[in-house]
Amino acid sequence: MLDLSQYQSIGEALKDSLDQFANETCLIEADREREKERITYSEFRKRAHPLARGLQDSGFAAADRAGIIMTNQSKWLISAYVIFFTGGVLVPLDYKLTPEEHWQLLEHSGARILITEYPIWRLLGASPGRAAAAELRTVLVTEAPPNADLSGAQRWEDFRGEGEPVFVPRQRQDMACIVYSSGTGGRPKGCMMSHENYLEQCVALTSLYPFWPGVRYLSILPTNHAIDFMVGFFGPFTCGATVVHLRTLRPEFVREAFSKYKITYVSLVPLVLKNLQKGLQTRFDALPPAKRKVFNLLVGINKVLTKGRIRLNLSRQLLKDVHSAFGGELSAIIVGGAFSEPQTLQFFYDLGIPVANGYGLTEAGTAITVNDLKPFRADTVGKPLPGMEVRIVNPDAAGIGEVAVRSKTIMSGYLNEPELTAETIVDGWLLTGDLGKLDAAGHLQLSGRKKNMIVTEEGKNIYPEDIEAVFESLPVKEFCVFAANYIWPQRSMVGEQLVLALHLEPGQTYSDELRREITARNNRLLNYKRIHGVVLLDEDFPRTASLKIKRNVLAERLAQLDRAIAILPL
Amino acid sequence: MRTPEQTTQEVLELAATHFNVPAGSLLPTDDFFKKLGIDSLQALELLSRLENHFGIELPDYEVQGVSDFKTLAERIQSRL
Repeated sequence: MLDLSQYQSIGEALKDSLDQFANETCLIEADREREKERITYSEFRKRAHPLARGLQDSGFAAADRAGIIMTNQSKWLISAYVIFFTGGVLVPLDYKLTPEEHWQLLEHSGARILITEYPIWRLLGASPGRAAAAELRTVLVTEAPPNADLSGAQRWEDFRGEGEPVFVPRQRQDMACIVYSSGTGGRPKGCMMSHENYLEQCVALTSLYPFWPGVRYLSILPTNHAIDFMVGFFGPFTCGATVVHLRTLRPEFVREAFSKYKITYVSLVPLVLKNLQKGLQTRFDALPPAKRKVFNLLVGINKVLTKGRIRLNLSRQLLKDVHSAFGGELSAIIVGGAFSEPQTLQFFYDLGIPVANGYGLTEAGTAITVNDLKPFRADTVGKPLPGMEVRIVNPDAAGIGEVAVRSKTIMSGYLNEPELTAETIVDGWLLTGDLGKLDAAGHLQLSGRKKNMIVTEEGKNIYPEDIEAVFESLPVKEFCVFAANYIWPQRSMVGEQLVLALHLEPGQTYSDELRREITARNNRLLNYKRIHGVVLLDEDFPRTASLKIKRNVLAERLAQLDRAIAILPL
Repeated sequence: MRTPEQTTQEVLELAATHFNVPAGSLLPTDDFFKKLGIDSLQALELLSRLENHFGIELPDYEVQGVSDFKTLAERIQSRL
């Protein structure tokens, strides 16, 4: 691995990686059962540098911002490398957002360049939101069909300059990325991440879960996500490892990829991990009684032998069929983005497949804590990573309070939001809005949320303010969306739901017609953003002098209602 | 060649079979996430089943953001 303490920027480290690991396999890309390409680090460089030269010829310079909206694929990483090489600031956006949301964030970030895929550009180019991104000068589109109408964009494959590009150095404190942790509604939260944030995070993570040439990482989580950016791009690249991309994320092809490419690490969100558990459990349940008995015995032996520490080779021998299904070389499943249930983590550990469970926020630079497996514990999110200071603010009698973190990996602030930044980072401590406690062994146990938001099992952060627009002009006196657990605090991080608080007009009833109207509007939202039910309150919502709803006061008022009765499911 | 109506009907029937709900209980305009109570992974499983049935390949981007049977059937129809 490169000694990252010697580097000033992501671009500088990546540039050296391409030289140092020139002959190692860098990327494999497969579409269903077909392997589309396999390239070395030196081939990666050959593809990237003409693009970098092209960007520089077009006037792209240090600190200019460039957005990427792409599914996981080699061109994502090549484009990101080029942006860093030329001194730019990367704005990685979630390809699953709507075109309007994309344009809003591109405008907010001040991106000059957008790199995207043709199917995404077809929707983006036709969206009226395009007019908003005034600073956008160049759009590069990958994989466009030969006669496609590019609506003013240029082909990524043809955007090449002559001669070698000039590497543009950046300093550790310079901005490397603007990562949107949420906020496609009224207040986008663009986390300004420095080069130092990533360099330090990479050192901390790879000290626990090392990469080296020959390691194969299966990239499934979107690369714009902090986890995949770190463990599916920057981490493996600085160690000469291989990243495997799948263009189709159907479960059967993902399963096949484990054995076909002998995957070493994969990152998953809890939803996918639970799905894997369900599939395995179904297979175990279907075993004939005698085989089942033997299997259970072997799992029992494995549990005893791995109680104190993981013993991968032993588990692979004992439970050969299970490990073969995962390719036989899987060293850990990294799970993040949302809270994982302890029984799911234990299920995999008992099979000899360690799950690196952790906790993090985009604002904190990926991970704050990670389970170090010394020993494995399913009931916590692990200990703070090296270089991370974690403390509990205002703990109650049980030691539970708001989790605060301080380290070199924390963002410098939210783009264009000094007040929000000042509320979030206080005296150098990032206030996470999550509740938890540190136990005697130094492990962090999460127990709920202080902030008005939910995190889905798919790892999506949903803020009520961001979905309220869909209910605008609803025929009621007033409305407000809440995370149910914000109104009625729960000691839980799973099964979180959003509710719509309604104050009806005088004499109005909660009719079937109104319910249908709410349902129809709700269905316009992406499935993971939808509200679960309605809460009725027959009084005026408290408001500020500028007539904004006082959400915290309204939540306190709603909390006086009995949750079990108050929420009317849609 | 199937008509769009036939394709939609076959999509509904296959979804009903796959998720074990009564035939005829699904409508073209239904949101399959909500009506079937499924998550995004289960939706991907359904897509694989539909691909096998119709003998086509539906790239992931073609079904990105699609949540009702009618639109899904239209995307399938365009590839038949």
